[in-house]
Formats: sequence, C-alpha cells, structure tokens
Amino acid sequence: MSAAGPILSVQNVGKIFGLSAGFLRKPLILKALSDISFTVNEGETLGIVGESGCGKSTLGRCILQLLTPDEGKVLWLGRDLTTLPAGEMRKHRRDLQIIFQDPLASLNPRMTVGGIIADPLRTLMPELSQKQRRAKVIEMMEAVGLLPEMINRYPHEFSGGQAQRIGIARALITEPKLIVCDEPVSALDVSIQAQILNLLSELRERFNLTLVFISHDLSVVRHVSDRIMVLYLGRMIEYAPRDDLYNDAKHPYTRALLSAVPVPDPRLARARQITELVGEIPSPINPPSGCTFRTRCPYALPLCAEKRPEIEPVDAERTVACHRWREIADGAPPTQHAGASA
Amino acid sequence: MANVLEVKDLNVTFSLHDGDVSAVRDLSFVLGQGETLAVVGESGSGKSQAFLAIMGLLARNGRATGKAVLGGTDLLALSPTELDRHRGLDIAMIFQDPMTSLNPSLKIGRQLAEVLVRHRGQSDSAAWRHATEMLDRVGIPEAARRADSYPHELSGGMRQRVMIAMALLCEPKVLIADEPTTALDVTVQAQMLELFKTLTDDFGAALVLITHDLGVVAGLADRMMVMYAGRAVESGSVDDLFYAPNHPYTFGLLHSTPHVEDSGQRLRPILGLPPSLEHLPTGCAFHPRCAFVMPECRTARPELTHRGGGRHAACFYEGELKEKEAAE
Repeated sequence: MSAAGPILSVQNVGKIFGLSAGFLRKPLILKALSDISFTVNEGETLGIVGESGCGKSTLGRCILQLLTPDEGKVLWLGRDLTTLPAGEMRKHRRDLQIIFQDPLASLNPRMTVGGIIADPLRTLMPELSQKQRRAKVIEMMEAVGLLPEMINRYPHEFSGGQAQRIGIARALITEPKLIVCDEPVSALDVSIQAQILNLLSELRERFNLTLVFISHDLSVVRHVSDRIMVLYLGRMIEYAPRDDLYNDAKHPYTRALLSAVPVPDPRLARARQITELVGEIPSPINPPSGCTFRTRCPYALPLCAEKRPEIEPVDAERTVACHRWREIADGAPPTQHAGASA
Repeated sequence: MANVLEVKDLNVTFSLHDGDVSAVRDLSFVLGQGETLAVVGESGSGKSQAFLAIMGLLARNGRATGKAVLGGTDLLALSPTELDRHRGLDIAMIFQDPMTSLNPSLKIGRQLAEVLVRHRGQSDSAAWRHATEMLDRVGIPEAARRADSYPHELSGGMRQRVMIAMALLCEPKVLIADEPTTALDVTVQAQMLELFKTLTDDFGAALVLITHDLGVVAGLADRMMVMYAGRAVESGSVDDLFYAPNHPYTFGLLHSTPHVEDSGQRLRPILGLPPSLEHLPTGCAFHPRCAFVMPECRTARPELTHRGGGRHAACFYEGELKEKEAAE
C-alpha cells in the first residue's frame, strides 16, 4: 500500500452494446457502463462490487482494452490506452494482466501447464530464450504454490484451486504492474477460496502489484480491498475507502447490499436487521428514468424519477450518487414507496 | 420433537469404468418435525448425493443401501412406482438452478397444477386455482397473471419462488433445498432466505438446507451436519458448532470464511486439497489437511461419537481447538 500517485486513471468511461432485435429491426441499445471515473494508486487494491448486470466485468475488460470503451479515457501511467495503436498497446500488455473466474475454462486443455504459463512470454517478451522462459515458469510455479514437477501435466489433472494457481502464474509471468481479478475465487470451495485470497495478498506484497478486484461477494471484497466502488446498472453508486464504506455507507443501495450479506455468526445473524429490497435488478436495456435504483429504493421520491443524481463528493476521498444521501445519513425514514415496478 | 425422517447407514456407490466409488458412507441422522437442518460440505463431500439417493434421483450408475424412513415407510426399499407416490407428496426437493428444473414449454400455472392433479386427484380448474394461491403465498406479485407465463419470462428469483411453490403444493413433511440461493444475487438471496424462515412455521415442513455457505446456515438453520469425503464428521446445534466446534474440519471452515463485518481478520485456510474419493487417505480422511493430526489418525478412522448435548463428532482429538500459528 504505497502512497505513490495514481497508476491508473479512468475518466468518464462509457460502453454501449448493440443487441440485434431481429431482421430489419432497429438494434436494441444496452448501456453497460456510463460515466465511470476513478483512480487506482500503485500497490493499492480497488474492489469493484455489484450484482449481475451491473457492468463490473465489462469495466474490467475496458481497463485492459479487451473491450474498447465508447466514451472516456483510460490513462495508464498518464497515457490514454483507448487511442493507442495496436502495436503500441502491445507494449503495455506486459504490464496489464487478468485472472478469470472459471479457472479450468480459461486454460487451454491441449497445452501443458508449462506451456500455458509460458504462453504470454512468446508474444510479450519474445527476447527470452527457451531456457530463460523455462526458468521463469518454474519460478512462477513456485511463487503460486505449484510443484515444479507438475510442469508437464495437463489442466484436467488439476482441481479448481490448483487451476486458479496456474491462471495466476500465467498472469504474473510477464511481471505485470496491474492485474484485473475478475471473480477469481467465486467458483472455488470455501477452504480453497481462503488459500487463493491469501496467495493474492502475499503476491501483491512481494511483487508490488496493483489489483482491481471484481466480485459480487462483499465479504471477500472487504477482505482484500483498500478502496471500493459499488456499481448498479452500469453506474457508479458509491466510491469510498474500505472501512468508510463498510462502517458508514451513504447510498441506500450500498446499505441494503451490506445488510443482505449473510454473516457466518448465528447470534449476529439473528440480531441483524435486514433492509430487504423489493424486486430484482431491472433490465439494462430499458433502465428506469432518473436514478436507476429508484424502483427498489426504500427512500425514493418523485424527484428520483425525474432527475439522475450527480456523482457528488462526500469528503475528499469518497463520492456518492444519491439525491437524498445527506437526509438518509441524518436518519430520514423510508418513504414506503418501494414496490413500484419499472 | 417427533422425528419425520430417520436415515440409517446410508451408503451411496457409483460404478465407474474402472471400479466402484463411494460417495456417501455410513450416514445416519434424524430430522425433527418443523426443524431446519443444514448439511454443510465442499464439493465431493457427498452432501447432495445423500439426498438425491433418498429421493430416488441418483444417476443410473448409482446405488444406495441403508434406510431412509419417512412416516413409517423406508423410501430406499420402495419400487420406482411406489416411490413416485411419495415424491412430491411427503418429500420434495428443489435445486440450485430453477431454470433447468422447470419445463420451458409449459406455463408456470400448468406445471404446478399438474402436481395437484396427479397427487391429489383435483380437477384441472381447482388445481389451477390452488396453484395460483400457492404462487401468492411464496411472494409472487400478481400471481394469477404470472401463472400464465412461461419460465423464461420470469427472473431468477421468481423462478426459484415457483420451484418452492411447486415443492410445497402437497404440503410435504420434508423439503430438501440443494443450494437454493447460490445462483441468486445478494439482495434476492436475502428475500429468499426471509421466505425460507417463514416456510417451516407456515407449512410445518422440516427443511434440509444443503449448502456450502456458512452465512446462510447461521441465519436459517437450527442444527447442522458437516460432511467430509462422504461421511458426517460433526453434527449438533448451529450455535454449538459455530462457537465451539469439536472437529478440526468444522473449525477450519469457519476460519476460512471471510466475514463482512470484520476487515482486520486474517483468513486461515485449510491446507491442501480435498481428497479424491477414489484414493481416500488411510485412517481419518481429513488427516493430511488437519492442523491437529496425531499418529493414530493416520491408521485408524475415528467413529462419529456422542459428545454430550446432542452433539456428535468423529475425531480422536478431544482437546480444545485453538488456532495454531505454525500451521502454515
């Protein structure tokens, strides 16, 4: 957690997908992301949380230019990646890596573990000799807790947790500065999940990595992140340092989300008050007017349907997008509006 | 509390091309009327297969032996036709992914009504009416209109409610829910857990909750049974197991689980990997990963023994379980 300046700065990023509605029909527009801005400092972990369809994975891919944003800039060490020619971009690929959710599906079943881990080196560090490559593979396998004698095995011989270690080794081998971790432990059993989380934090220290950690699991995100951004239907809802968010969330969605997380503590679970949200997330193809959360928000007013809340600062380090966050923080009662469908 | 389901010495074996594999071994437990029992374990622990066996839903290469007595009838001794009369009527099961459990080409109301026509001999119109009433009771808004929809027109949470409604139609004595909230978003999961809390009271059904999520267990269950490599390793009240576990595996699971209300805590994973069922370690199956391992654990297998207060554990170590710093 060094105090260096921002290594990554995302400015007003938006992403639109066109969906075919059928032959000769006007395509449907899905706004996956709108007006996303944040910075990540070197050595820091940014958590991105939200439920399905909130755009968290799209955002991760926009950062890495695996998807090209339709609006805004992605500044990596001050250079805008969205306008770089492909050749220039390739030079930065070494620095920017990704770990995926489904560890087995993201490994080529016909390649050996050694081949998979070495693969990024062929294109990104072609200057290395075969011997140097092998030495690096073995070094990385040891770093992630795999035995070097497994180097000639195939992915199907590994369990989910070990496969995720292979995915991490492949991401680390180009000595990246930033890794986007997209739900890296969601597919794993609890005991293995803890192993991988501890491994990630150990590697972060050792290699001074900056992490963007995407997850739907608020307990996991709390455990790994320094700062957290909450997304809802492609928009930033709240952005805050970790403890501020978990101890004193400002946005009603963040509050409800936190209260809904099951806690592994029976007495606490019985004593807890859950803010139950009505309904489910609306379709991103036809989002509600104004504030997209208003259809489920216990505090919604007519204003919320008319005007989209701006992203405003709470203090120097955090922002929130809600018309009523001050009143809610002062203890305003719910409006009972909840329940109107989109 | 009367017992509604008594399972004794349940063994589930699958024949594979290179021999037999035991998925569940010597499993015995009872389920009390109206109680919620959580069955906890990781993939391969046998938690789902045990209950699929009781429901007669094992894959074709699977065999079950032992007893599962429900209301005086041993379900495992029934012929498939006899079992059909009980399934859905006395005992029902719901699954993680509601979309694959519903018929995509039938309207919701029709799928529910079919259950009543078949098991209760109701007329089509009476069955449809009861079906919409049940959809309303599980919290589906505009139930009469929704009964006329197809499964793909509903959201994931609504589909899971439909599954629950279908399972409860004949007021079963036992409802088995296999990871019922795992595929749902957090806020929808919370709605579903609230619904489950009311189910056991409103319907008098006993609930078996199969899950890997200790948060869900803590909020919902009265008792829990922890399984590892096909066997029950510990059982007892939820409070006893969470606050004073007797088995190192239960202890390890609790310390592996991140807690949303605590950021300072360091996770203490269980070392190593779960064993392959084809090559189980000798002695206690957990011993290669156990922080409290003793020499006898490598050669002899501890039986599940009574530890007082309705608790059981299968472990030779009887001292207090405390965190071991050196365990890494």
